[in-house]
Amino acid sequence: MFSNNDVLETIAMVEKEHLDIRTITMGISLLGCIRDSAEETARKVYDLVCKKAENIVKTASDLSGEYGIPIVNKRVSVTPVSLITAAFPEKAPLVGKALDDAAATLGIDFLGGYSALVHKSLADYERVFLRTIPEVLATTKRLCASVNVGSTKSGINMEAVKMLGEIFKEAAFLTKDADGIGAAKLVAFCNAVEDNPFMAGAFHGVGEADTVINVGVSGPGVVKHALEQIPDADLTDAAEMIKRTAFKITRAGQLVAKEAAKRLNAQFGIVDLSLAPTPAVGDSVAAILEELGIETVGGHGTTAALAMLNDAVKKGGVMASSRVGGLSGAFIPVSEDIGMIRAAEKGAITLDKLEAMTCVCSVGLDMIAIPGDTPATTISAMIADEAAIGMINNKTTAVRIIPAPNKGVGEQVNFGGLLGRAPIMPVHNCDSSRLINRGGNIPAPIHSFKN
Amino acid sequence: MRAVVTVTGKDKKGIIAKVSAFLAERGVNIEDISQTIMGEYFAMIMIVDMSEAKTELSVLAKECAEMGKQIGMAIYMQHEDIFNAMHNV
Repeated sequence: MFSNNDVLETIAMVEKEHLDIRTITMGISLLGCIRDSAEETARKVYDLVCKKAENIVKTASDLSGEYGIPIVNKRVSVTPVSLITAAFPEKAPLVGKALDDAAATLGIDFLGGYSALVHKSLADYERVFLRTIPEVLATTKRLCASVNVGSTKSGINMEAVKMLGEIFKEAAFLTKDADGIGAAKLVAFCNAVEDNPFMAGAFHGVGEADTVINVGVSGPGVVKHALEQIPDADLTDAAEMIKRTAFKITRAGQLVAKEAAKRLNAQFGIVDLSLAPTPAVGDSVAAILEELGIETVGGHGTTAALAMLNDAVKKGGVMASSRVGGLSGAFIPVSEDIGMIRAAEKGAITLDKLEAMTCVCSVGLDMIAIPGDTPATTISAMIADEAAIGMINNKTTAVRIIPAPNKGVGEQVNFGGLLGRAPIMPVHNCDSSRLINRGGNIPAPIHSFKN
Repeated sequence: MRAVVTVTGKDKKGIIAKVSAFLAERGVNIEDISQTIMGEYFAMIMIVDMSEAKTELSVLAKECAEMGKQIGMAIYMQHEDIFNAMHNV
């Protein structure tokens, strides 16, 4: 049984510290939708997604009402579209459009899975598919795309990395009237996971069941508040406090995930133990790092503090949930975290420091605006760096970078809502094109040979 | 199914009477009640049985919050499972 203090603590977490379930994401397999033509396939995809997820918004609202915990996002992820359009890749945008329409019908803000898995090499149909991404992101509103360009087991596909640099540029250019928002809906991954509930990188892996519910919990504000209660504690005790807090947050996620799966006739997939910030004050991962004792995030010691935070969140969360997966760690998107935005405006945090931070936390260079005239090969080189970190360290890394059209350092991009705003950060001006134009593969590391 | 009703705010006359009448009208039975006053701050926590309730919990929770606003208190009504999950191993 619980005590009165427990009840009041939970209410304070929601009311004052932004505890919420960040997302309920329904993963839907589209493999059964493949037909002879793109038109028929697109029709089938629209019908299936609308039918499977028709109650997702209502169920989330009911659960939120019953448990008294906000459920912020309701989303859908699908089988990588490149797989179901392999016979007619040039017409893949028809399926993209059908998915975007389905998301609008369902009343959800994002749907992920306009994706391709090309970590070893590119098949012909995948080359064609990748080229459709910028146009699709420019002509749809809710659809998100992702491409897996490397893995610990297979190395890094440098041909895909080269293409992705160009695709980011084009996606931003085609949406130049909206600060290049097309690029904000695209993620390049190394070691992509098949059960990630968070956008823009969510897709439904082929190893998954037909319909699955994955839940992402959050609560950076709750962790910060807990640490504020012990301002003089040593780091051992601080880590312990983070673990205990992560446990409580994750238990709420586990309860909601199981109940949501039951009501939506889906399998309970995983709980993703991530600390995901929003641009709201009091919902910042940067603020936790600063509470641990760094004046401004980006200062020396940031990587160490983040490593401890990331690990403690996992340790607390793993105990709290029967199935853990997704990305599970602290997110450090620049534009979606008020503490990060401030640090970037002051020049306290740089791309190089962010890259170092991605070695110890989940994901990677996330929602970072760079000058619009950055060469595609430089963007490819940034993707290659991140992929190398992921490949060598056996972890997921990603790049979601926005080359802001017609803008430079000192200006900012503003997407509004959850995507937030970001000052444009400088990149190194050295030329990396010779490396990128070499193509080929970076071979898998020696420690991947475990069989 | 049981739920937890939490009422917090500045102490004033008749809070318990109002809340319990409101719940009784809707077929909700109060099983346990405890209250504390810290200075002028009031916190009441009730465990209620919903088996004969006339409305669903999510709807009732909204009505409770609404009624709370009218009497100047914050009122929450939540499924007990959320507290069991978060505070028990």
